[in-house]
Amino acid sequence: MVEHLLEVRDLSVEFHTAVGTVRAVQNVSWHLDRGETLAILGESGSGKSVSASAIMNLIDMPPGKITSGTILLDGRDMLKMTPEERRLINGAKIAMIFQDPLAHLNPVYTVGWQITEMMTTHGQTGGGANVRALELLRRVGITDPEKAMRKYPFQFSGGQRQRLMIAMAIACKPDILIADEPTTALDVTVQAQVLELLQELQQETGMGMLLITHDLGVVAEIADRVVVMNSGCIVETGNAAEVYRDPQNAYTKKLIAAAPGKGAMPEERSRQGDPLLHGVGLKKSYGSFQALKGVDFFIMPGETVAVVGESGSGKSTLARAIVRLDDPQEGQVLYRGKDLLAMTPKEMFGLRRDLQMVFQDPTQSLNPRMTVYQLISEAWVIHSDILPKAKWKDRVSELLVKVGLKPDMAERYPHQFSGGQRQRIAIARALAMEPKLIICDEAVSALDVSIQAQVIALLEGLRREFGLSYLFIAHDLPVVRDFADRVIVMKAGEIVEEGPVRQIFDAPVHPYTQALLAASLDPDPDVQATRRAARRRQEGLVPA
Amino acid sequence: MTDTQILAEKKPTGPFSRWLAMLWADKFAFLAALFLLVILLCALFGPILLEGIATKQNLRGRNAPPFDIARGWLYVLGADALGRPLLARVVVAAQNTILVAAAAVLASSIVGTVLGLVAGYSRSAAAQWIMRLGDVIMSFPSLLLAVIVLYMLEPSVANIVLVLAITRIPIYLRTTRAEVLEVRERMFVQAAKVMGASHWRIVFRHILPVIIPTLVTIATLDFAFVMLAESSLSFLGIGIQAPEITWGLMVAQGRPYLTNAWWLSFWPGLAIILTTLSLNLLSNWLRIALDPTQRWRLEMGGRKNG
Amino acid sequence: MKSFIGKRAIASGVSLVVLIVIVFFLSRLTGDPTDLYLPLDATTEMRQQFREINGFNDPLIVQFGRYVSDLVQGNFGQSLRQARPAMDVVLEAFVWTFWLAVITMALVTVAAIIIGSLAAFRVGGVFDRIATFFSLIGAAAPDFWLAIVAIVIFAVKLHVLPTSGTGSVWHWVLPVGVLFIRPFGLILQVVRGSMISVLSSAYVKTARAKGVRSTSIIFVHGLRNAMLPVITVIGDQSAAILNGAVVVETVFGFPGIGKLMIDSILLRDFAVVLAVIMVSALAIFIMNLLIDLAYALLDPRIRY
Repeated sequence: MVEHLLEVRDLSVEFHTAVGTVRAVQNVSWHLDRGETLAILGESGSGKSVSASAIMNLIDMPPGKITSGTILLDGRDMLKMTPEERRLINGAKIAMIFQDPLAHLNPVYTVGWQITEMMTTHGQTGGGANVRALELLRRVGITDPEKAMRKYPFQFSGGQRQRLMIAMAIACKPDILIADEPTTALDVTVQAQVLELLQELQQETGMGMLLITHDLGVVAEIADRVVVMNSGCIVETGNAAEVYRDPQNAYTKKLIAAAPGKGAMPEERSRQGDPLLHGVGLKKSYGSFQALKGVDFFIMPGETVAVVGESGSGKSTLARAIVRLDDPQEGQVLYRGKDLLAMTPKEMFGLRRDLQMVFQDPTQSLNPRMTVYQLISEAWVIHSDILPKAKWKDRVSELLVKVGLKPDMAERYPHQFSGGQRQRIAIARALAMEPKLIICDEAVSALDVSIQAQVIALLEGLRREFGLSYLFIAHDLPVVRDFADRVIVMKAGEIVEEGPVRQIFDAPVHPYTQALLAASLDPDPDVQATRRAARRRQEGLVPA
Repeated sequence: MTDTQILAEKKPTGPFSRWLAMLWADKFAFLAALFLLVILLCALFGPILLEGIATKQNLRGRNAPPFDIARGWLYVLGADALGRPLLARVVVAAQNTILVAAAAVLASSIVGTVLGLVAGYSRSAAAQWIMRLGDVIMSFPSLLLAVIVLYMLEPSVANIVLVLAITRIPIYLRTTRAEVLEVRERMFVQAAKVMGASHWRIVFRHILPVIIPTLVTIATLDFAFVMLAESSLSFLGIGIQAPEITWGLMVAQGRPYLTNAWWLSFWPGLAIILTTLSLNLLSNWLRIALDPTQRWRLEMGGRKNG
Repeated sequence: MKSFIGKRAIASGVSLVVLIVIVFFLSRLTGDPTDLYLPLDATTEMRQQFREINGFNDPLIVQFGRYVSDLVQGNFGQSLRQARPAMDVVLEAFVWTFWLAVITMALVTVAAIIIGSLAAFRVGGVFDRIATFFSLIGAAAPDFWLAIVAIVIFAVKLHVLPTSGTGSVWHWVLPVGVLFIRPFGLILQVVRGSMISVLSSAYVKTARAKGVRSTSIIFVHGLRNAMLPVITVIGDQSAAILNGAVVVETVFGFPGIGKLMIDSILLRDFAVVLAVIMVSALAIFIMNLLIDLAYALLDPRIRY
């Protein structure tokens, strides 16, 4: 039998929760060799992070419990080691980086302290650790390392923080690096840079890398082999490219099919008549920060317009300006020719019905203390002319069915639903107003890929049925590719490019649009390999 | 649908039995609630039933020691310097003690919450003034205020309630305002604004219900605090005056006899401790029971909260 | 930072002015001190003279004007009871209360932090249950009752500790011991709760993944973060003692500011009452600044 660097055999973990005992993973087996990258791919609740937590001894027992299995590191069973032996492995032999580095770095200690702590914990002297920390910071691409050592995590940007985490993780030259969703919260262009850094480091040190992700694109970019998980079980393993090309398992097939950005792009529709909504010269600043620097846009009746941009681009400020949650300082928003921003509260109240919004995180946009019935029928409480009270119950049932839920769910509270179901409730609530335009502010960003596809299909269906218009705000280009009619690309408060979806994807003009497209990851490993090669050739031409 | 549904199918039971089951799940809170119920009954019916016995002097039973039921079960806790049975007196004193605390908490919580809602939601100048007012009350040594007011006016139940209520307003004012400032930025409040909901509706339908559990929890804790404050005032002789009795006053009355009859001060003090302790335990339980995302800990039954 | 202190000083100053005005007039409404200071058989003439000397015959507003103009010249008035400058009387008492507060709160802070942190490390364990039980009882116990029980046990029955006055180290044991219990119970609860949430935070997970020792996780990574809400409570409790631990000072005959205040109000020694308010307001202002400073020291996010 071949000895692997790290091998997990028949691992089962249970958690005690509200609904009784949940089997987080069942009989999971996989292995990792030196110099290779293994990706564990799965959606939320698939148990993809559990084996990593078991390796790092991060499972709290209780409520968790390892019921069976072995974890072999260089042939020794880690589960039979003493806590002290496990502690000495953590960081020294196996290191880990996490999603959301801001939360995972201690907010009250300097970056330098946290990196050197890794080394002093594992027996290095303070002076040596300091020199090495500077070297590490330089290696992961932090400018001015001496100064950075004395700064605190909150003083860095998201991408830099992940670089700091990586510097900390590789400080003791570990044999294995576990990366749990390392790029999920990052902008696409930053994500590409971080993944590239990880690849380079792996080539330099020859460490084995375990990558936990929900994103087929990340797998395509970086993984040699892939393990696909669903509901706590491994459903498929194999070479990353082969699995993508020829998936065997039904779930894997579904997951690959759901990946956005592959379908046919909609035909350009003819533009006739007056725009439904027309923004003119919108400007908004918070103190000295200019969130919107004069933005013009329009939406035709029945049209879906996507606004794409990274964090700080002003796309959400734009959405909030349109529904007057945050009035801009200059400009006009014309709805059927009338300026919303100049309206009295009373005039605006009448128009609220026509303009509805679906927010990013349904967990937060639904009042946790109201039932689904109360949430949906609130529209008719506020706008009493829409529907007489006698018909509310039937209409709520009808709307629930329309968004793919069951009528008997009306008496439940939001926390009793999954993320995807909650977003459906939020959509039903918007529909209750019988709007003309729905603004979706990152409405699918927080959802799993397969749920994302379902929600987009739902929105598409509703558009056809009711002739709705959408303003669809997203940070990621592939998501809008098969859904939008027109795309607006924003950067730093300005529109840099605008055009029909085909034009944006097939012939982008502005360098930023090109960079965004280049950085967004294709789920096909072969496509990514080609792109990677191309990128290497013209290194330095890609804007950082 | 691949979503893993985490849904606890609930049996169709009434809300009362559901709350009872949640209370039963936390044994300490259950005992606390039971004890408070007993105290409440004492406060409601104690004076009607035992007033006569509690004030009847019995010179032969002066400072009678406890655990001696030769004179009847009412003397199980002993008797005071005038031979009045302590058990009966503790039961009767519950009324004033609870009444003062309840009235003060009710008044301060209502006034404080309303002011806090205005201060947190409105962006007008009134909001600023309310906060300054709160600061002034906070910087006022509450005991000084109590002493001056009670010295100037009569130390009656109504005046004590007034003084205690005024000093506790800032607690509710600040908590409510801080919560409102946070809750009104939440997405569901924004969603309600987008729907065109009125300020009235946003405050009372969306913001207040989210804050109320916190306020109830605080009020429970504060009830204990106010009770201690009233007891301190009575102990210092500037609170409720004899022949009215409260637990704090009883402790003070027993003080001269400390050397030979410790029980005079001990039992009313114990009543104060147990009531305060029960309120604290109940408040801890409420914090969990009133939070829909934490409630499962209790609905699972038997698990420790913590 | 300077403008922040300035704003604070202005707000506190305004509060203090309001307070002084209210107390000045309210306290004078409680009655005429003459009867309290002159013997029962004093003649009307003597009474009149007493009032004249102390200025009680003038209209209230004139008395207030005089008080303010004296204040501006640094004169806080005379104590009727002790016939010497009110500020001297108050400062003397304040020193006692100050040390009482410092010693008590130092002990409370150290004990509550260590025990609370350890309790949070194994939630539901034996140590946690015992600590929680005693802290809940401690937080529920009224200090006047504890004082009485302590006297009965240590002075009356065991004869090991003095019950009243000052003079030796032993005189401090009972007041500090009794004052200790309630803040200890309250702060332990806050430390425990705060520590529990900090120990389940993401950065503690990182520390565990780094292989950091448990003691270091609790006391280096956890404690500094967990201290932020604790500091606020420490401040509140310290303020309560500084404002006068009236009950404890009365019961143990401790010559602190709380006892002085009660005595002065009951004896209508107005100048002392007002001086007490000013001194404790200043003390609490300084203490709040120290609390803010501690916040800034512990959390760099506040510093920048």
